[in-house]
Amino acid sequence: MPKLHELFWSFFKIGTFTIGGGYAMIPLMEREIVDRRQWMDRESFMDIMAVSQAMPGIFAVNMATNVGYRMRGHRGVVVSIIGNIAMPIFIILGFATCFRFLKDNPAFEAIFKGIRPAVVALIAAPVFNMAKTAKISWRNCWIPLAAMLLIYLLGLSPVWIILSAIIGGVLYSKYLEKKEVQA
Amino acid sequence: MIFLRLFLTFLKIGVFSFGGGLATIALIQHDVVEQQGWLTSQEFTDIVATSQITPGPVGINTATYTGYTAIVNAGYSEWMGILGAFIASFSVILIPVILMLIVSKFLLKHKDNKIIATTMSVLRLAVVGLIAAAALLLITPETFGNASPQLWISIGIFAVVFIASLRFKASPILMILLSGVAGFIVYGVIL
Repeated sequence: MPKLHELFWSFFKIGTFTIGGGYAMIPLMEREIVDRRQWMDRESFMDIMAVSQAMPGIFAVNMATNVGYRMRGHRGVVVSIIGNIAMPIFIILGFATCFRFLKDNPAFEAIFKGIRPAVVALIAAPVFNMAKTAKISWRNCWIPLAAMLLIYLLGLSPVWIILSAIIGGVLYSKYLEKKEVQA
Repeated sequence: MIFLRLFLTFLKIGVFSFGGGLATIALIQHDVVEQQGWLTSQEFTDIVATSQITPGPVGINTATYTGYTAIVNAGYSEWMGILGAFIASFSVILIPVILMLIVSKFLLKHKDNKIIATTMSVLRLAVVGLIAAAALLLITPETFGNASPQLWISIGIFAVVFIASLRFKASPILMILLSGVAGFIVYGVIL
């Protein structure tokens, strides 16, 4: 059984040395948890990953919660989460306070004038790959299109979209089940 | 009371964050920029940029920075801003962590559950629309400029980054750094 400080340092490393978000952490997590520390086998790791992706929240934090709990119960959860997000929060706060002083600096403003349209592109571009992963087709493309238009044009809260997708998904799977029984 | 509203807003954002960091960004954008008006779309884009080039989960980074800025924009001190950052980061993970604990106690084998698999496939499609809407909502005069030449330069940067990341899977960090350099040269040196 791993010690609490081992859990902390493993997640500290994972949180501190990956730029690019939760999914970018997967290879480092796998290496650290499965290969180096050998806390679990690859299959359990994959299972935990599937659950963490299916549940709401921040993927990396969900992973830390699950691994921490399996290793050391509730204390393990607290230690793993803090390890995972302590450094990122500290770094972001560092940037936030520095940027406040630089706000009116012309060079700073010039740099961000260039970055802003790039950020919008970096949010827009993954949409197409995500659509492919979500198995978009002529039959189901109305779902993302309706979601997009309802939010963009009518200002509907994304919360309603998520809720209806969950309810619709459950009803649809019930319907599929029924059809299977009849066939 | 802005601190309580910040807490409740991020509590809600956490519960509905399905499908990764960009989905969380879309939810934050809607609540914080469109609904509450705590941040301008320009401030929010700057926050997302910073969140993508610093270590850590993008959803947490964005929540932390947004919490800080919302409080400071409301007229409080830097220290109160840091408190806001902690409130946002804590509340965004609170309910998901509790749910995760419940699930890891009772439902460890849910991978095979057909209902969850089908629901996830519908949810994934909806999240695509959610993120597309967030991108569209962030195309504003504040982020792209409202007149030539900034508008045209912005459209150019958008197109290059869009194609580079979609077609050539260019690293987002590199794209942000390069467009920052481009911005510095174009707006700081040439214009």
